[in-house]
Amino acid sequence: MKMIILQDILYIVLLIGLSIPLGIYIYKVMTGQNVFLTRMLVPVENGIYKLMGVKSDEEMGAKRYALSALIFSGIGFIFLWFVQMLQGLLPFNAAGIKGTSWHLAFNTAASFVSNTNWQAYSGETGLTYLTQFLGLTVQNFVSAATGIAVLFALTRGFVVREKKTIGSFWVDLTRTTLYVLLPLSIILAIVLVSQGVVQTFGPYKDAAMLENGAAQTIPLGPAASQIAIKQLGTNGGGFFGANSAFPLENPTAFSNLLQVLSILLIPASLCVTFGKAVKDSSQGRVIYIAMMLLFAVSLIAVTASEQFTAPDFTGAAASASMEGKEVIHGTGASSLWAVATTAASNGSVNAMHDSFTPLGGMVLMFLMQLGEIVFGGVGSGLYGMLAFVLLTVFIAGLMVGRTPEYLGKKVEPYDMKMVCLLVLVPPLVTLIGTAAAVSMPAASSWLTNSGAHGFSEILYAFSSMGNNNGSAFAGFNANTVFTNVTGGIIMLLARFIPMTAAIYLAGNMAGKKTVAGGEGTLSTSDTMFAGLLIGVIFIIGALSFLPALALGPIADYFTM
Amino acid sequence: MMGKTNILKPALICFCVMTVLCGILYTAAVTGIAQIIFPKQANGSMITFTLKDGSQKEYGSELIAQEFTKPEYLIGRPMGMSNLSPVGSEQKELVQERIDWWHSIDPENTAEIPMDLVTASGSGVDPDISPEAAQYQAARIAKERNMSEEDIKKIIKKYTTGPFLGIWGEPAVNVLKVNLALDGLL
Repeated sequence: MKMIILQDILYIVLLIGLSIPLGIYIYKVMTGQNVFLTRMLVPVENGIYKLMGVKSDEEMGAKRYALSALIFSGIGFIFLWFVQMLQGLLPFNAAGIKGTSWHLAFNTAASFVSNTNWQAYSGETGLTYLTQFLGLTVQNFVSAATGIAVLFALTRGFVVREKKTIGSFWVDLTRTTLYVLLPLSIILAIVLVSQGVVQTFGPYKDAAMLENGAAQTIPLGPAASQIAIKQLGTNGGGFFGANSAFPLENPTAFSNLLQVLSILLIPASLCVTFGKAVKDSSQGRVIYIAMMLLFAVSLIAVTASEQFTAPDFTGAAASASMEGKEVIHGTGASSLWAVATTAASNGSVNAMHDSFTPLGGMVLMFLMQLGEIVFGGVGSGLYGMLAFVLLTVFIAGLMVGRTPEYLGKKVEPYDMKMVCLLVLVPPLVTLIGTAAAVSMPAASSWLTNSGAHGFSEILYAFSSMGNNNGSAFAGFNANTVFTNVTGGIIMLLARFIPMTAAIYLAGNMAGKKTVAGGEGTLSTSDTMFAGLLIGVIFIIGALSFLPALALGPIADYFTM
Repeated sequence: MMGKTNILKPALICFCVMTVLCGILYTAAVTGIAQIIFPKQANGSMITFTLKDGSQKEYGSELIAQEFTKPEYLIGRPMGMSNLSPVGSEQKELVQERIDWWHSIDPENTAEIPMDLVTASGSGVDPDISPEAAQYQAARIAKERNMSEEDIKKIIKKYTTGPFLGIWGEPAVNVLKVNLALDGLL
């Protein structure tokens, strides 16, 4: 237990230490300043703009920015849908895999375009190498870059005064991909290979097992390149079915540390970026602290639950819960990963969440249900959190009877409508999806576990899809027409309604004057505000989900 | 309003460029570098031997568990993943079956069985067991093979890895490597 505390503390120290320089670097990329890669990449960048026919200093209004993001994602969605259905006829198919069903392809396309990476398929049996690298890897990059681009736009909305524009989607997307995501991914991918993550176009290998000579298939593929961006871009979709629990996806304690650091690295850095961009680092810091506090409390809760509430079996030595966990990770690294992956909207796993203890599993579920804002997805986590910040400012304003302001901008009815869309769409689609699934006559046949834990499997699935996380209580059989179609629609709604709202919020904020703060202005950079913010987040999450949690994990705990 | 084609054209081109850049060039570059610098790891960390007649024999991947059931081998964790709740009744029955199985192949051993030997891993092919789980089996393997328990423990220790930098992760024993060493192949 002492070692677990030590590794958690050092993890947080490493995360904070890396996020500060990276956050400053991303700020420079966002504002078009020179960075050490500029000389090398500027010709490529300009070449891309020339091909697209856009200018590097082009500016867009909210409507154009939103349409660009939506149409770009739409093209990716259609391409990915068809690649999967046609994969049987396409090259790079060493394992002879057939095309997927239309509804599975629909679900997976929606899942990867929305940065969810919910997987109703298993990579090694369901998808060809071509689908993985030409379809999924690309969406791993661009869905992440889209989230970061929208955050840049919203940040500019707070910074600029009386302007109609919030930057260019094409420039934001291109610069994020070229200067941030690609360089980090290349480095991470190669270090992961050194640890034993596979990276090849060669066919699966057949080996004869030592004891009885029986055949064993070792699945391979261009995995490391996809796994690097899967973690850095808070995507989370595993190359193989068992995700980062699978040894060829995450072979050593070192690869595990790198991957779990990568999950939170960019979302945490973006808090620093935000502070730099609004010219007041304390504004970024207060959000960072609020996120870190929620993260730390969750980490303690999950680790303690896994460590101390495991069942005893007569004849077996008393121990922490090891069901669904790998020996090299143990409860410590498994709990850390589980909290990081559900706090961020990553969704990759290195242990099976379905086999977590009831209260441990509940915390993971609740972290998603908060709306993926405790670090959250790259870009999307922080723009979601900023919606909660505005909501907090608004509620505080109501309490003292003053017009609420944030960063010198008045928060008005139009802004609050956008905030409501950002805050309320995910819980709404989550609960509707869960209710619809439970009322299906066939629902009980999709489950592995019985009783309250079975209900938890359904609630977890729709919380995951409705908040663009992507992890699962994997005992839930997700590959059915009902879940594929409703889940696909839910993932798209949960991603693109809040995203569009964030862009329109940016546009409206950009047009406003900045007013100087006075005596009565609520400070949004002190510890009291961090407390208020956490309170609002918790109340919204708890009001939406306590009844459902009572039927699932809480009942599961009390009946164990 | 401005025409949608003003957006559609850059969107299409941008998507194609990103597909080439992030899908093809990036994947190809990482594969190329990986195959040159880390060919063994990039291709599945296979354990390969050259036989006397010069042919190559692959004994599997050191990262993927193989099933062992005979008492003269170090036996790993149950194969396959369960996704069962650790507190559910299904799990309770399954663990009891596993405990009974361990007692059936090693009736003299009355020690408590380490938890990782009676629970399934997340991947279903966990190549490792805890050092305690290996120690638990040392006496049995020694007896079956007419070797000293000390020698068995030495082999186990040789294929035990510690946490990264002594901090992150847990110590683990690679089951396949121990068994290859026991058979005199490694």
